[in-house]
Order: sequence, then structure tokens, then C-alpha cells
Amino acid sequence: MTDRTESVKDNDILVIEGLKKSFSGNAVLNDVDLKISKGETVVILGRSGTGKSVILKCIIGLIRPDSGSIRIFGENFLELNEKQMSSLRIRVGFLFQGGALYDSMTVRENLMFPVIRQPGYKGADLTAKIEEMLDNVGLLNAIDKMPSELSGGMQKRIGLARTLMLDPEIILYDEPTTGLDPVTSNEISHLILDMQKKYGVSSLIVTHDMPCARLVSNRIVVLKQGEFTAEGTYDELERSKDDFVSGFFKFE
Amino acid sequence: MNTAGKSEKTLINLPKSLDDFFVKTAGLAVFAFRIVKEAFLPPYEISETLKQCYMIGYKSLPLISVTGFIIGLTLTLQSIPTLQKFGAESLVPSMVALAVMLEIGPVITALIFAGKIGSGIGAELGSMRVTEQIDAMEVSGTNPFKYLAVTRVIAATLMLPVLVILADAIALLGGFLAVNLFGGMNLQTFIASSMANLGFREVLPATFKTFLFGFGVGVVGCYEGFNASRGTESVGIAANTAVVIASLLVILIDMVMVQLISILF
Repeated sequence: MTDRTESVKDNDILVIEGLKKSFSGNAVLNDVDLKISKGETVVILGRSGTGKSVILKCIIGLIRPDSGSIRIFGENFLELNEKQMSSLRIRVGFLFQGGALYDSMTVRENLMFPVIRQPGYKGADLTAKIEEMLDNVGLLNAIDKMPSELSGGMQKRIGLARTLMLDPEIILYDEPTTGLDPVTSNEISHLILDMQKKYGVSSLIVTHDMPCARLVSNRIVVLKQGEFTAEGTYDELERSKDDFVSGFFKFE
Repeated sequence: MNTAGKSEKTLINLPKSLDDFFVKTAGLAVFAFRIVKEAFLPPYEISETLKQCYMIGYKSLPLISVTGFIIGLTLTLQSIPTLQKFGAESLVPSMVALAVMLEIGPVITALIFAGKIGSGIGAELGSMRVTEQIDAMEVSGTNPFKYLAVTRVIAATLMLPVLVILADAIALLGGFLAVNLFGGMNLQTFIASSMANLGFREVLPATFKTFLFGFGVGVVGCYEGFNASRGTESVGIAANTAVVIASLLVILIDMVMVQLISILF
């Protein structure tokens, strides 16, 4: 696993060290270390309910860890005040499992919302940017629809477009393909890959979807009992002799 | 499907023990305190507050109006025979006006408001919590507490008194219709008689308590919505619990305020 004594490099945009979190006495994260470099895509594999999403939520500040440190763009996230945390958060995109689109707003308003709420927003016209982002996800024609009129896959794609509106430098994906049919899952996986190529963002992806992991990952880490027990490329882990790790690849 | 098991499931999140009661009450108090504190701190979400005033106030007008009218009409109709027995028929407008303005108007309107708005806020915010919309707002740099909760509580606090004044007026209109149809009293006499015993000393404290009713309903709805656990079932539970606690709170605030008003005025 990541060596804690190894120095933090300049291009490490996310560094997690010794992250611990327990809920009602049940330890979910025991000792999590992780580094992500600029432009790198890391996939977290692990069984359901083992705390993969908790890691993402700790990184973005939705859950406060019991101990450990999280450095994003060189700043110790857990030591920031609310205002500093808020300004750092907008450089980190988060794609929620269901897309988390605001029910009461149209797709256009959903995409506008994060931008117009920023303190520096001066009333600039966002139409061109909204159309560019919707075009990226192939849903330009849904611009004036309500979220309830969209399918699950479309909602996730719009969620990705909304995440991209603030030009994040790293995007955290919480099970981006869960609950979708294989064709739509494949479309989303390609979309993630396209966005990485186009905007050069780093990504941390929690998923069970192995075709997605194979397509998008530069590196995969495997979470077991609150720790990352294996790390490597898809091909390396596929050849792993460890029963737990190989269990993820056996279906193929 | 185990329907029997399902029907036994609680659809309401009320305290299950004394400890639980104190924990929940303290949680609610801290939440209410935070609402008041954040309402005075910038940035002020003025446009969202106005939007909520429209949603909470304007959209409640038909329900409140119909209820007010029926309450005024039936209260008067039921009072006429009793007062007739004592030969005090001329006191009907005054009695109805006092009952409506001091107690029935504020309390019934607040209870209906708790049912419509308390459950609405609980369900809306609960569903936003469950589908991670509140988290999405937070990670995109917007304070969801301020944007969603403070705006709704301010709107509920400001709109309920307006709705109560309207409901009172419509209830008196219903009362007039009753005495006019069954007693032949004209409008001028009705107004003079009904206002005879009403002064600012009676009306102002009764109106003041409606701000507290509105605040209570708003706070409970937002508290239940924000604290909905994951899962779609919790949305219904948040809505149900919000109505029950908000209604109870209205009655409790009323009881305390009536005592205070009688001491102070």
C-alpha cells in the first residue's frame, strides 16, 4: 500500500493518510491511505457496505472522519473553516449515485444553480456553457425538461454535466453505473473517459462495474475491512492470486 | 410479502422513551436556535424567501378561505339557538367575533397550516435528503440550511399571521351570512355588534401568537425533513411526524401564550 514516508509530490492533488471512521462503534474505515496524481483515474473496488462511499463523502466534507488527514491541492481539508472549505469544494466535483438533480428545477436551472450561487458570479450569460456541457453528455434536447421526465441514465448524465459546470479539477464518482442496463452503463463509462480526455480531470470512482473499471481506470485499489489491501492496474489485479481480489474478476 | 409485518411498522417517528424525548426536544431547540441565528447572518436569500412566501402563503389561500368561511358559519349557526334561550340573540355577533379572533381563527388556521405546510416541508426536504439533493447543494458551495430551511421558516412565520387575519375576516363573513339568513340582522348592525368588545388589547396579542405558530410549524417541518434517514419510507415518516409534532406544538404554544397574555394584558 501507499508508503506514508514517501514524500508528497507536487502533482499529487489528493493525499489521504490514516483515515479512520466508525459509526456507532462499528469501524468502517480502519486505516485508509490513498494518493491521486493530476490527470489520474483511480477506481475503488470493494464489497457493498464496506465504506467505499464513506471515503468519497469524507473527501468532500459530508462526513467528518474520526482521525487521519485529507490534503486536497496541498490544503489540509479537515483544518479549513466553512468558507475555505466551500471554496475548495467547488474545485472538486461529486457525481452522486442517483444524479441528485434538484426536482423543482429544469435541467437548465440545475446546471445554472452551482454557478450562479458562487460569490464571484456577476450575472454572465451561461447559455453557451450549459449547451456545451449538455452536448458533452448528448442531452442537449433535454435542456428545458424537468428531472422527473428523464430516465435514471439520463439523470446521471445530466448530473455529470452539472458537475462539470464548475470546471472541477478532480471528480468523485459514487457508483456512476449502478442500477443501469449494460448498454447505458457502457455509455456512462465512455462518457467518463471522454470527459477525462477532454478536460484532463482526475477521477476517483467507486464502482462494482468491472467493465467500467477496466475502461476508465489507470489504477485500482481494493478495500477490505476498512483498508486498501491491493493496488495495481486492472491487468495486474486480474492476475492476482488473492481470493478476495480475484473474486471481483471471476465473472468474466 | 409480509404485509402483516409491514403494517406493524411505525409510520411516525415519535420519541420512544423519556431519553429519546429529551434528545429530540433538544435537537429541535438547537435547530430552532440555529434558524434564528442564521436568519440574521448574510447572505440573505431574499428571492428564495419570497418564492417560499408565495408557495406557503398564496398557495394556502383557497384552503384557509373555505375553512374560515365554514367555521364562521357553523359556529354562528350553533350559537344562535343557545343564546336565543337566554334572550341574548343580539350578543351572537360579539361572541362569534371574540371566539374567532382570539382562539378559533388562529388555532384552526394554524392546525390546517401544520397539516398542509408542515407535512409539505417535511416531505419535500425529506425527499431531497434521501435523494442526496441536500448533499449536492452543500458540495456545490451553497449552504442548504440557509437556502432551504431558513427561507421556509421565515416564510411560514410571516405568512401564517396574514392567513389568520384573512381566515378571521372570512369567518366573520360566514357568521354574518348565518345571522342575516336566520336572524335578519343587517351588515351594519353585525359589524357594530361584533366589534363592540374587540380592541387592540384583544386582537394584537392573539395575532402575535400566530407568528410563533408559523415559526413552530416551519421549524418542525424543516427539522423532520433534514433529519430524514436514507430510504424512501423515511419521506412519509418525516411528513407524518412533522404534522403530529407541529400540531401538538401549536396547541402547546397556544396554551402558554394564553396564560402569558392574560398575565401581561
